Amino acid sequence: MNPNNDAPTSPLIEIKDLRFGYADRLILDGINLSIPRGKVTAIMGASGGGKTTILRLIGGQYKAQSGSISFDGLDVGALGDSELMKLRRRMGMLFQFGALFTDLSVFDNVAFPLREITHLSEALIKDIVLMKLEAVGLRGARNLMPSEVSGGMARRVALARAIALDPELVMYDEPFAGLDPISLGTAARLIRRLNDAIGLTSIVVSHDLDETFQIADQVIILANGGIAAQGTPEQVIRSNDPLVHQFVSANPDGPVRFHYPAQTLAKDLDLPTTGFASKEGAL
Amino acid sequence: MIRFLSNTGATLRLLLIAVGASFKLFVSLIKLFRPCMRRFNLVVEQMHFLGNYSLAIISISGLFVGFVLGLQGYYTLQKYGSESALGLLVALSLVRELGPVVCALLFAGRAGTSLTAEIGLMRAGEQLSAMEMMGVDPVARILAPRFWAGVFTMPILAAVFSAMGIVGGWVVGVVMIGIDAGSFWGQMQGGVDFFKDVLNGVLKSFIFGITVTFVALYQGFAAQPTPEGVSRSTTSTVVVASLFVLGLDFVLTALMFSL
Repeated sequence: MNPNNDAPTSPLIEIKDLRFGYADRLILDGINLSIPRGKVTAIMGASGGGKTTILRLIGGQYKAQSGSISFDGLDVGALGDSELMKLRRRMGMLFQFGALFTDLSVFDNVAFPLREITHLSEALIKDIVLMKLEAVGLRGARNLMPSEVSGGMARRVALARAIALDPELVMYDEPFAGLDPISLGTAARLIRRLNDAIGLTSIVVSHDLDETFQIADQVIILANGGIAAQGTPEQVIRSNDPLVHQFVSANPDGPVRFHYPAQTLAKDLDLPTTGFASKEGAL
Repeated sequence: MIRFLSNTGATLRLLLIAVGASFKLFVSLIKLFRPCMRRFNLVVEQMHFLGNYSLAIISISGLFVGFVLGLQGYYTLQKYGSESALGLLVALSLVRELGPVVCALLFAGRAGTSLTAEIGLMRAGEQLSAMEMMGVDPVARILAPRFWAGVFTMPILAAVFSAMGIVGGWVVGVVMIGIDAGSFWGQMQGGVDFFKDVLNGVLKSFIFGITVTFVALYQGFAAQPTPEGVSRSTTSTVVVASLFVLGLDFVLTALMFSL
């Protein structure tokens, strides 16, 4: 099944000349990147820059307009529906707000993929679910409903569910968004610990610089449809690229403009331009 | 002029996409009949949800429709001295027409909207995407059991509606007005044909079950993943399903009772 058995050090995911857009708006324009096995790769960048889109493309939920995405040597875009479903069982995805099934308990949420996909006995499923919940520290919360757990706990339940089938890859979409500092630190350490303990490959899409830089082995910064910087967190922090500098130092204005393109303020307010800054969007 | 043509073309294109997508979904749901029967517990769960929770509104509505039919029928029939045929009138009206149609309209309002909102919110909450990413087909796991449950539930609900309506007609005609009970039931037994009337009514409600449940599921599945999108789809379910039911009723009645 695995065409790369003889080359386990090859990247798990390779993206070549990837182009993708919505309607006439191009989001990703000729992206080339590799996701190494066993590492935590962070994908960062401004909102709307295509970070989550890359995860959806890897998972085959979106089709690339051109270029290719290969997962362990398999071309994701060329797979049929049933092959794609099989491939997805080798991936796990943590959605931004967990995407737990609200009518199922914590236990049943984690058991869901096991019951749907495997033919394991209920006794074995129970053992696996309890082990996964133990790994995320929520074994004691197994009987709670999603409405009874906090946002941070919901994401940990979703993580337990994402690793229920022992995937090779786990993709995290904004795992730190909206978490309090304790939950944020817990989530970050959990991602790193699970990656190392289970031998996963992880892709983390996040805006949270501190936590992400602490756990990532490789950071990729997307901007303007391409890759603005790529390397270890230290290399990215030291980058002289103005866009990367703006992102890392969280400056409101720079290559990524604060103002959405518009005609001058004076023109919008029907005022004479004399005495007013004529620069676009200037106040 | 160019803008008009461009807008018309864009609207037509969207319409064709929607027709294509809905047809594809419909074919998938039909193909998923056997897998659904293999996991019949999922269908039963949904039949309980759709049927049991609709039972009260269907029963009460049936009873009141029966009351009204009894009254209206009596006032009309007595002009011709045929009030003893009230049972026949009530039964035929309900079994042939009002049972399947009113039940389908009520089902669209009660269960259809609930299905659309549920599926739409699952999409908005990324639960359907999460399922896809686990390698589980949401059409097979979520939509198909609900579809077949709706299809199986509708004839049962229509039968309950008609039965309650007949009881309502009996209460008004026999208990309140004093028509002879023997005539009421005897004319009904003699005049209602099992194959031509009852089975055609069952067939109608089965077709309405397919229509209403499919419209509700498609609207939820295709809903924009926003509060406005789910709200719009829920409204569309009632409007589209009701129009389909009334239109189909005319066609089916013409086919069934003119042949």
